[in-house]
Amino acid sequence: MSAIVHLHSAVALIGRFPALAGVDLDVDPGEILLLRGPNGAGKTTLLGVCAGLIGLSSGEAVVLGEDLTSHRRAVRRRVGLLGHDSFLYQDLSVVENLDFWSRAAAATVADGRAALDRLGVASRLFELPVHALSAGQRRRVSFAAMICRRPELWLLDEPHAGLDSAGRDLVDGLMQEAAASGATVMFASHELDRAENVAHRAVTISGGVILPASQPEPASQPEPASQPEP
Amino acid sequence: MTQTRGVFGDALLIARKDLLLERRAKIGLGQVIPFAILVLLLFAFALDPDRGVLKQATPGLFWVTVLFSSVLTLQRSFGLEAEDGILEALRLSGLSPAGIYLGKVTALTIELLLLEAVLVLGVAVLYDTEFLGIPLLLAIAVTATLGISAAGAVYGALAARLRSRETLLPLLLLPLLAPVLIAATRGCEVSLQREAMSGWPWAALLGIFALVYLTLGSFLFRPLLEDA
Repeated sequence: MSAIVHLHSAVALIGRFPALAGVDLDVDPGEILLLRGPNGAGKTTLLGVCAGLIGLSSGEAVVLGEDLTSHRRAVRRRVGLLGHDSFLYQDLSVVENLDFWSRAAAATVADGRAALDRLGVASRLFELPVHALSAGQRRRVSFAAMICRRPELWLLDEPHAGLDSAGRDLVDGLMQEAAASGATVMFASHELDRAENVAHRAVTISGGVILPASQPEPASQPEPASQPEP
Repeated sequence: MTQTRGVFGDALLIARKDLLLERRAKIGLGQVIPFAILVLLLFAFALDPDRGVLKQATPGLFWVTVLFSSVLTLQRSFGLEAEDGILEALRLSGLSPAGIYLGKVTALTIELLLLEAVLVLGVAVLYDTEFLGIPLLLAIAVTATLGISAAGAVYGALAARLRSRETLLPLLLLPLLAPVLIAATRGCEVSLQREAMSGWPWAALLGIFALVYLTLGSFLFRPLLEDA
């Protein structure tokens, strides 16, 4: 079975800082992989590389069969990224955002509405502008905008952040459903108790490299003064 | 079920979204139009002692006001794309960069034409301007506005993610738009002096400027979006 994500000696620079300093990683189809590590370790950069947003300066990267060193853009339509930012227009309403992003991803408006229902976004919030939502509600809408794309690879950066207990359970369930239906999930989290229960496998990233399984996670990551992790 | 669109379908989607954002936030109505009217008023105060000069300078003052207002409109349009990771989301969306560019140009052109319609009323009242040669004036307004939007969208994308974009954009854009200012002003002058026939070459020049930037922008927007 060929890996959905294959990285070998992957180096990515943010400015002149090597946010990834030689990552080796393989992720199998249908796997849920937890990326753990201290702040500034390179988790967000790794997800950005897999999404085709951040280029490699050296090394190999093949994601969903696309060689990212030569065809970085080809993979973007096939992945779903949930980042620290909401990826939503603050002045548009919930449904206006979902309608726009689902159409942009060549999905239908119905896909967007179904995603909102799946995320448990109450219909009374549909017409509210995004800037009027709470952080947790915004997170659910961002998640809905991501899943309506029907991505083959889910890249989630702190997916539980800002959510209440029910929301966190929902996210865990969605990740498990996605994996069961053949999608692959990579997520970064600091909530290790919860995350390790959901993940099939966990790797620790520190200083821009994946640590060997036997090596314990460092307590904190020394960072440069202008740590540029996006 | 998925839908497929071409470049123009993508452009339509972006233009509709931008116009919807303007309808919701009302920045143009609440800030840009009042700013433009204020500039017209200040010109009127400054040149009021000599009504003849004010009347003679109407085309130039009108287009200078449009240029200043277009900078505000552009900053707003691309500032929105730089917030909340929207640029990353657009790169991931699968929308064609040329479609995004043409959509933004379309929305900007519509917004600026509406602004110009209000400013025409403003100069009619404040500067006592009599409008002659309407077909030529309309042709100049459309081609000049398209040129401003087409060039502005290129530089708006270039400046989008820079911390200093508020100050950098006018510095980059205004010198570049000097030919538009000159051609639109000259064209309007001859039109207002009932010499409409000799004004059409200015409209043609503005059309060529717009076409050049529309072509350039359609090709340049992909690298601009990647590097923004």
